[in-house]
Amino acid sequence: MEVQEKIIELLAEATDTEASEINADTAFADLGIDSLDLTEMAMQLEEEFGIELEMKPEINTVGKLTEVVEALRG
Amino acid sequence: MRRVVITGMGAVTPIGNSVEEFQKALFAGKNGIDLITKFDVSESKYKVAGEVKNLDAAAVLGKPFVRKTDTFTQFAVIAANEAMTQSGLNANPEKGETNIDSERMGVCLGSGIGGVETLCADHQNLLEKGARKVSPHFVPKMIYNIAAGNIAIQFKANGPCTAVSTACATGATAVGEGYRNILHGYADVMICGGSEAGITPLTIAGFGNCQALTDNPDPETACRPFDKNRNGFVMAEGAGVMVLEEYEHAKQRGAKIIAEVCGYGSTCDAHHVTAPDPEATYVAKAFLQAVPEEMRETLDYSKVYINAHGTSTPLNDKTETTALKKAFGENAKKLHISSSKSMTGHMLGATGTVEAIAAVLALVNDTVPPTIHYKEADPECDLDYTPNQAVKTPVELAMSSNLGFGGHNAVLAFRKI
Repeated sequence: MEVQEKIIELLAEATDTEASEINADTAFADLGIDSLDLTEMAMQLEEEFGIELEMKPEINTVGKLTEVVEALRG
Repeated sequence: MRRVVITGMGAVTPIGNSVEEFQKALFAGKNGIDLITKFDVSESKYKVAGEVKNLDAAAVLGKPFVRKTDTFTQFAVIAANEAMTQSGLNANPEKGETNIDSERMGVCLGSGIGGVETLCADHQNLLEKGARKVSPHFVPKMIYNIAAGNIAIQFKANGPCTAVSTACATGATAVGEGYRNILHGYADVMICGGSEAGITPLTIAGFGNCQALTDNPDPETACRPFDKNRNGFVMAEGAGVMVLEEYEHAKQRGAKIIAEVCGYGSTCDAHHVTAPDPEATYVAKAFLQAVPEEMRETLDYSKVYINAHGTSTPLNDKTETTALKKAFGENAKKLHISSSKSMTGHMLGATGTVEAIAAVLALVNDTVPPTIHYKEADPECDLDYTPNQAVKTPVELAMSSNLGFGGHNAVLAFRKI
């Protein structure tokens, strides 16, 4: 859950939304954030978890991003 | 012939974060210059600036917007919000009934430098952490047209949207070029202005080393335009926005008209990158161009107010005095002149619009704001600079002049309607 919590924390901060309103099924598009915001979040996750993350259009929900980050952490 | 009027004004300045606050401070002669708080100046030769105070941009604009924009954009959008609210204009059907066709509303708003705070921060990221750590927001935060772009988005302005940059004349050039857009039929409304947030160690060092800044550390004497002991300008920050509108359009929708924009002069010294031409030929030309033709013969010069560029550098204030004498001859002695930079410091790209607002406030209130910190007369600056106290007197024509590095000269003229 550690990765998902971090992602939710970053999204909540970027969009000024309550963390409790974001979950694994939340689509990034529904939060009104754009590709620049996602790239910035990817950079923050790289720093946090020591990974190299390439964002792709198909990584479009909190749950999918969590899976990708967890796989990269090994 | 189309005419252009002002239907909204907004300001973020070192002496007030709204036009109402600014006006009160302007006529009271309040000093907005103080020791720099943005960074440590203990080792710096230059210690004072006109910083914007008590402004919580995140509370006004929301955290997500503030994260993705440079301070100069935030200042510009706050000033534009104030000006657009006053104008009562709305082009966005999502925000209720519209009273302006979005394609007939444009933006002309510039900055002298742009997002230099962002530039410095991300350059440090590049050097310390590498290219992968440069923010994806870096470019759209930093580029100097982006305040104009953000304002167009906020207010759904689909007409001409440009950002002009003429250094310290930017804010005046932006209003002048916006005025021409309406005059020549390209738009019915233009949101015009200038914005600057450039008080950084890099810019202070740069302006300092090109011998433009004062090294006087005393906030009460550092900026003393036209005074014999002036020795450089004081850097400041802020934004000014004016909503210009075609006269008949404003009348038809019952808008409250503040004043008429009745002239704009635009010339270049074509002489030197930083020093003004001592002959002041083209500053004088810009003043003359701005005076409406029909007023030239009959104008009572004792009812003219000039908000001078008045930077407090030895060269600028002397040159501007020469220009006024060259333009208006013996009548120059009758003019009411002052420099509001004596209170705000030099807001670079924002200064031209904020000072245009000061000129309009002088006009509509028949009150000439003072040049504060003025103690000792300079034989080379021998006109009436309204020392230290505002003067209540009828004003028929108010002008604002700005001179920028690059030799840019811009003069705006306003009258009652």
